[in-house]
Amino acid sequence: MENSLDKLHGTDLLYRMMLIRRFEEKSAELYTKEKIRGFLHLYIGEEAVAVGVMQCLKAEDNILSTYREHGHALARGVDAGSIMAEMYGKQEGCSHGRGGSMHLFDIKKNFYGGNAIVGGHLGMAVGMALAARKQQQNSIICCFFGEGAAAEGEFHEAMNLASLWSVPVLFVCENNLYAMGTAIRFSHAVTELEKKGPGYGIETAVVDGMDVLAVEEAAKKATEMIRATGRPFFLVCNTYRFRAHSMFDAELYRDKAEVDEWKKRDPITRLQKSLVGLNIITNEDIEELNGKIETEVQNAVDFAEAGTWEPVEELKKFVYT
Amino acid sequence: MDALIKNTTITYREAIKQAIREAMQKDEKVFLMGEDVGRYGGAFAVSKGLLQEFGPDRIMDVPLSESGFVGAGIGAALKGMRPIVEIMTVNFGLLAMDQVVNNAATLLHMSGGQLNVPLVIRISCGIGRQLAAQHSHSWEPLYAHIPGLKVLSAGTHEDARHMLQPALNSPDPVIIFEYTFLLNAEGEVSEDAGMVDITKAKVRRQGKDISIITYGAGVYKALEAATVLAAEGIDAEVVDLRVLRPLDNETVFDSVRKTHRALLVEEAWGAVNVSSEVCARIMENIFYELDAPVMRLGGQEVPIPYPKHLENASVPQKEDIINAIKKIMLHD
Ligand SMILES: Cc1ncc(C[n+]2csc(CCOP(=O)(O)OP(=O)(O)O)c2C)c(N)n1
Repeated sequence: MENSLDKLHGTDLLYRMMLIRRFEEKSAELYTKEKIRGFLHLYIGEEAVAVGVMQCLKAEDNILSTYREHGHALARGVDAGSIMAEMYGKQEGCSHGRGGSMHLFDIKKNFYGGNAIVGGHLGMAVGMALAARKQQQNSIICCFFGEGAAAEGEFHEAMNLASLWSVPVLFVCENNLYAMGTAIRFSHAVTELEKKGPGYGIETAVVDGMDVLAVEEAAKKATEMIRATGRPFFLVCNTYRFRAHSMFDAELYRDKAEVDEWKKRDPITRLQKSLVGLNIITNEDIEELNGKIETEVQNAVDFAEAGTWEPVEELKKFVYT
Repeated sequence: MDALIKNTTITYREAIKQAIREAMQKDEKVFLMGEDVGRYGGAFAVSKGLLQEFGPDRIMDVPLSESGFVGAGIGAALKGMRPIVEIMTVNFGLLAMDQVVNNAATLLHMSGGQLNVPLVIRISCGIGRQLAAQHSHSWEPLYAHIPGLKVLSAGTHEDARHMLQPALNSPDPVIIFEYTFLLNAEGEVSEDAGMVDITKAKVRRQGKDISIITYGAGVYKALEAATVLAAEGIDAEVVDLRVLRPLDNETVFDSVRKTHRALLVEEAWGAVNVSSEVCARIMENIFYELDAPVMRLGGQEVPIPYPKHLENASVPQKEDIINAIKKIMLHD
C-alpha cells in the first residue's frame, strides 16, 4: 500500500490533516479569547477519518456531518476563512453567521451541515440518497456520526430504510469510544459496531481510524461498491478524540494515561514518519507545509476579524423563503 | 414566624443538586437517569459527585436513546419506582415527545383511571449561551399544551431547590423546566421545603400600578425592570406563573384586579405561547377590571441565531419590559 504512495498524494493527505489540526488549535485559542462562543467541539486526533474518506468522494457527492464537523468541512474544501468567520458569527461565514461552529453549511460544496441533534441527520441522508436514486444521479450521500449516535433509534431506522430501499448512503461511524463522558461499554450492549451492519443486510467494514491510508483504502472499496450497486455501506472507523468533548468538559470520565496512550497513535505523526521513512518526503518538506498552513490559518483568522456583524434589523431573515 | 425561616445563598446549580440529593436520601425508590449524569458529572455539572454518593444503580448514565429511556422512566414509575429523568437540553426532549404525550400524559385516562405515572422529567432549557438553533429554546408552551402533565418552571433559586420534592409526591407526571443561563448565579433559598406550593403562582414583588406576569427566564428580568421602574415612580407587581399547567387563574386575576394593567412576558416564541392563554383568560374573566389593553412580550419568531447581538434581540430584555410598561402606563 505505502509503496504505491507518491509524493504528491502523500503530501496532500498530510497537508489536509495538518491543516485541520492547526485550524482547530487556533480555534481553541480563539475560544479562550472569547472570539468564538457557544459550544466548540474539536476533532483533534480524528483527522484521518475525514481526510481518508473525503479522498474517495466526488464533487457531485454529498456530505452530512455532526457538530464536530470542522475537519469534514476543511477536508471537503470549504473555505477556511468562511468557516472561521462562521465561528465568529460574522455574516461572511459559510452559514451567514447564523449557525456558528456546530452548523457549518456550504451547498456549493454539497456540504449539508453540521447537525447538532445526535442522529438527526441520518434519516435525511437516506432521503437525499432516495432522491439521487429516483433522479438516476450516480451520487453518494456520505453521512458521518459518532458511536454515541448509533444508540439512537434514528440510526437503526435509517440503516433499515437505506437497505430496504437500496439507496447509496455511505454511513461512516467515527467510533472515538466516548459519547461525551459515556464510554462505549456503557452505551452499547454490543461494542463491536461492525456487527450492527449485517443485521440490516448492509455491507460493512471496520478500519483503524488512526491510519489515513487504511481509511482511504476502506473508503475506496466502500464507495466503489456503492457506485456499482447503488446499495448502502457501513464503515466503522475506530479512532479517539484527544481533546475534551467540548470546551465545557472537565474530562472526569477518562484517565490521562489512556489519552497519552492514544496520542502515540497520532494519525499525523504516523503519516509523517512513514512518508519520511520511505523517503517520499523530507523533514524540510514538513516544515514547509507547516509554514504554508500557518499562513493559511492566519488568513482565515484575519478574514473572520475583518468580517461584519449582520444588522439586527435582519433578525427574522431566513425563516421563510 | 418569618424570623424562624433560615435563608442561605447558593447557586442555582447547587439548588438543583441539593434538591436531588435530598430526594434520593429520603426515598430509596428515587433514582436519577439521564445522559452523562454520572461519570461526566452532568452536562452542566448539576449532578457532579452524586454518582460517588449514591452509586451507578441510582445515578444511571444512559445511552443516547431519549425515546427509549423516557419510556423506561414511565415503565419504572408504573411499577413503583420514582424516577427523575433528566433531559440534557430541551431540544433533545423532542425525541421523547411521543413517550411523554402518548404514554406518560395519557395512560391514566386511557386505562380508565387504573394507571398512574409518577414520573418527574427535568429539562434544562433557555437562551443566552450562544448555543444556536438546536440547543437554545424555551418550549414550555409545547408541554403546557398537554392535558395529563403538570408543567413547572423553576424561574428562581427557591423553586429550583424546593419544587422537586412536591413533584415527586405527585401521582401524575411532572415536567420541571430549569434554566441554564442561571446555573452560576447566586440566589436565596429558604431551608423550609414547605415554601413551594406547586399548584400556585407566586407574587414575587408587590406593586399597585401594573402586573408583570411571567415565568422562567422572565422572572429575574421582570424583577430588575420593576426596580428600575420604581425609581421612576411606577410600582410594578411581578407574578411568577411557575405552574404552567394547570394554570393558577386566581393569583393572576387577583393581581390584575389590584393593578388593572398587565404585561405578559416570556421567552418562548410569541404566537400560541403561555401568554396567549393567560391573556385569553384575563379577557374572558376580568375584562372590565382593565384600564389598558393587555400587552405581550414574547420571543421573536426565529430559530435562535448564534451571534450574541442577534440572540439578545430574539428574546425580551429588561429594557423591552421597561419600555412596554411605560407605553401601557400612558393609557388612562
Ligand atoms: C439527541 C441529542 N441528545 C443529546 C445530545 C447531547 N450530546 C451532544 S454530543 C453527545 C455525545 C455524542 O457522542 P457521539 O455520537 O459518539 O459523537 P462524538 O461527540 O463522540 O463525536 C451528546 C450526548 C444531543 N446533541 N442530541
